[in-house]
Amino acid sequence: MTTVSSASPGLSKDHADPVTGNRLYGPLPDVQGEAGYETDHPARVGFFTDTSVCIGCKACEVACKEWNTLPMDDSHGTRDAMGLSGMSYDNTGQLGANSWRHVAFIEQSRAVDLPMPVFGRPGDDRQDSGQPVNPISPQADSTLNAQTSVLNAQSLSEFDPQTGQSGSDKQIRWLMSSDVCKHCTHAGCLDVCPTGALFRTEFGTVVVQGDICNGCGYCVPACPYGVIDKREDDGRVFKCTMCYDRLTDGLQPACATACPTQSIQFGDLDELQARADARLATLKGQGVETARLYGRDEADGVGGVGAFFLLLDEPEVYGLPPDPIVTTRDLPSMWKAAATGAAVIVGVVASAFVGRKR
Amino acid sequence: MATGAFAERVLLATGGGGVSEQPTTGDEPAGEAPLTPGAGWHRAGGQDLTRPRRKRRRGGGGGWGSGNREAAMVPEAEFSSYYGRQIIKSPTWKNPEVPLYFFLGGAAGTSSVIGALAEFTGRPTLARNAEYTAGIGALASVVLLIDDLGRPERFLHMLRVFKPTSPLSVGSYILSPFSAFTSAAAGIRLLELQPVLELAAKVLPFLPRLAGAFPALRKASAVGAAAFGGPMATYTAVLIANTAVPSWHAPHDELPFVFAGSAMAAGGGITMALTPVEEAGPSRKVALTGVALELAAIHRVEHGHGIVSEPYHLGKAGKLLRAAKACTVSGAGVTALLGRTRVGGVLGGALLAAGSVMTRMGIFEAGMASAKDPKYTVVPQRERLEARQAEAAARAGTDDPHEARSVVR
Ligand code: SF4
Ligand code: SF4
Repeated sequence: MTTVSSASPGLSKDHADPVTGNRLYGPLPDVQGEAGYETDHPARVGFFTDTSVCIGCKACEVACKEWNTLPMDDSHGTRDAMGLSGMSYDNTGQLGANSWRHVAFIEQSRAVDLPMPVFGRPGDDRQDSGQPVNPISPQADSTLNAQTSVLNAQSLSEFDPQTGQSGSDKQIRWLMSSDVCKHCTHAGCLDVCPTGALFRTEFGTVVVQGDICNGCGYCVPACPYGVIDKREDDGRVFKCTMCYDRLTDGLQPACATACPTQSIQFGDLDELQARADARLATLKGQGVETARLYGRDEADGVGGVGAFFLLLDEPEVYGLPPDPIVTTRDLPSMWKAAATGAAVIVGVVASAFVGRKR
Repeated sequence: MATGAFAERVLLATGGGGVSEQPTTGDEPAGEAPLTPGAGWHRAGGQDLTRPRRKRRRGGGGGWGSGNREAAMVPEAEFSSYYGRQIIKSPTWKNPEVPLYFFLGGAAGTSSVIGALAEFTGRPTLARNAEYTAGIGALASVVLLIDDLGRPERFLHMLRVFKPTSPLSVGSYILSPFSAFTSAAAGIRLLELQPVLELAAKVLPFLPRLAGAFPALRKASAVGAAAFGGPMATYTAVLIANTAVPSWHAPHDELPFVFAGSAMAAGGGITMALTPVEEAGPSRKVALTGVALELAAIHRVEHGHGIVSEPYHLGKAGKLLRAAKACTVSGAGVTALLGRTRVGGVLGGALLAAGSVMTRMGIFEAGMASAKDPKYTVVPQRERLEARQAEAAARAGTDDPHEARSVVR
């Protein structure tokens, strides 16, 4: 029997946004309730991935593949192919139908001022910048140089958990981040699924029902994070379920269990959010200015996400969109345009029949 | 376009085109380059954009491929990415099946409206041709849509829910009745032919007894089809606009009008080509109005959205859309000047239909290209974010709105 799906909160009139008159956008305090669950549903769960302690061991990827029996693929998502990406230690490459966790790996370097002579040093590649000069007093001694330097290498390498020193005038750091489906508050994939295969679970997560999906592929380009994808030979789409099967049995997701550094933390979302805020404050206090939370803000384009991150650089450096929005935010205006367009067709044709017969 | 600090950074990165706000002597202390403590990282092996580049000569290396001047309106932006990989996933839809589906839906949709009105205004040949066009187009659409599914045997799962948030769900509820009504109208037309009726009577012996009701049934079906014809032509624009694909999502309010115009050009053109000139007058008018609407709307798609308009000019999409425009414009010219001759009608109609096919293919390709390049995802979002941060900072009265950032290519 055909039902009007309540899976998307877009239809619920109860708590409609006073401005837009719908719930396609903005914070949703009770995402399961909006999807039609009774008030005694379990709390919304999520992941807090603290990338500042990730060591890039990929235990999460392996645990996920094992538990969910995911097939092998190469870094371009080609099934049953083995291949190195040739770009870094990351040979998983991306999230996809067969990779529900993906550890991104970025090697970064930067020049630093150190109080040491650089004249005639072999291998000095900073020909254009030459000897470090104190901007305030070029004659100042090297200690003052170090103190006034904007980049205080000493304090940073002491506190920035992923910074090391390589050579004499360069710092190296490795950013590692275990990416996953965000289990959005406003999930584009769920909104556009025409069969109802994608649904909101009682835990507030977003899951595909494999026996319903007909492989229309609409969810694939609808996800603003590029998470869900089609398994070509199977025809259906696959993505992280936050181990729905384990959750219903009271277990934690496989990746969170496997993570040796607690970079992946699983729990009730509000608890994780508080923990993340505290962690950010600690890092900022230690001078890690580039630390930021990603997906934590419930006023963002997807209403905040269920799996959010602490990043040490801009989101796009990790392959994440800097300011994603759920595409259905603009759907009412699209439908309006389409209805107007349809009316124009009928109007134009009708007027073409009026008048002379030729 | 780019605002505030972002514009500055873009200027800086593009060499500023001769703007000299940033004196580049090349020997500033390295410590001065990053704006924020803790920043200044760049990908090992990548380019360090924290250091001002030496001025580049203007002209020549614009980086816009075949020197498309229109595209050069957007300055080349610097942005970070994860090894240049795309952020969103490319649509898995088949090409050319899906753009052809858009074309057929549009042509069939317009034809069904033309057919219904021709029924009641004494234009029997136009009505017949329009109804056949709509019927064939709708049936082919159904085949293409089912073929595009990863699990075609599960087509009916589309009808187990109705979701207004899913254009594909809404579309299934448009396509199903539309194809039923149009094929009914076309089918009854076939039965009205004596040999077909005799053949059909061998299977369904009661058919000849119903023959008297055929015209009324046909007209009712034609009206039913016409009710879904308009939505059939435009819902496909919402289908692609309601994705995270930058070059489809940004022009979401204009694409339905492009599709409506293109549908009228195709439906008007095809029925005009099939019908003798005495009856084809309305088709000509529909086609010409459609061309005007399409050209006006696509101009805004191609020029109104900054960097995400760019894929509409480049590569395969650019070629297809230029060819489409050539076909559409010359088709409209032929229709206007020679449309009252049979040859002119056929030629004009064929050109208009070809133009419509290529418009859909070009739009499809532009979206695919914009999904592939992280630039089109990152740059507009970064602009939006920085504008918001600058606004928040202005409200709070702080002078540096920036989150600490590195500059990484
Ligand atoms: S991240 Fe993508 S796949 Fe995951 S819930 Fe959000 S829209 Fe769906
Ligand atoms: S591919 Fe499957 S899960 Fe995705 S939108 Fe289509 S039916 Fe829904």
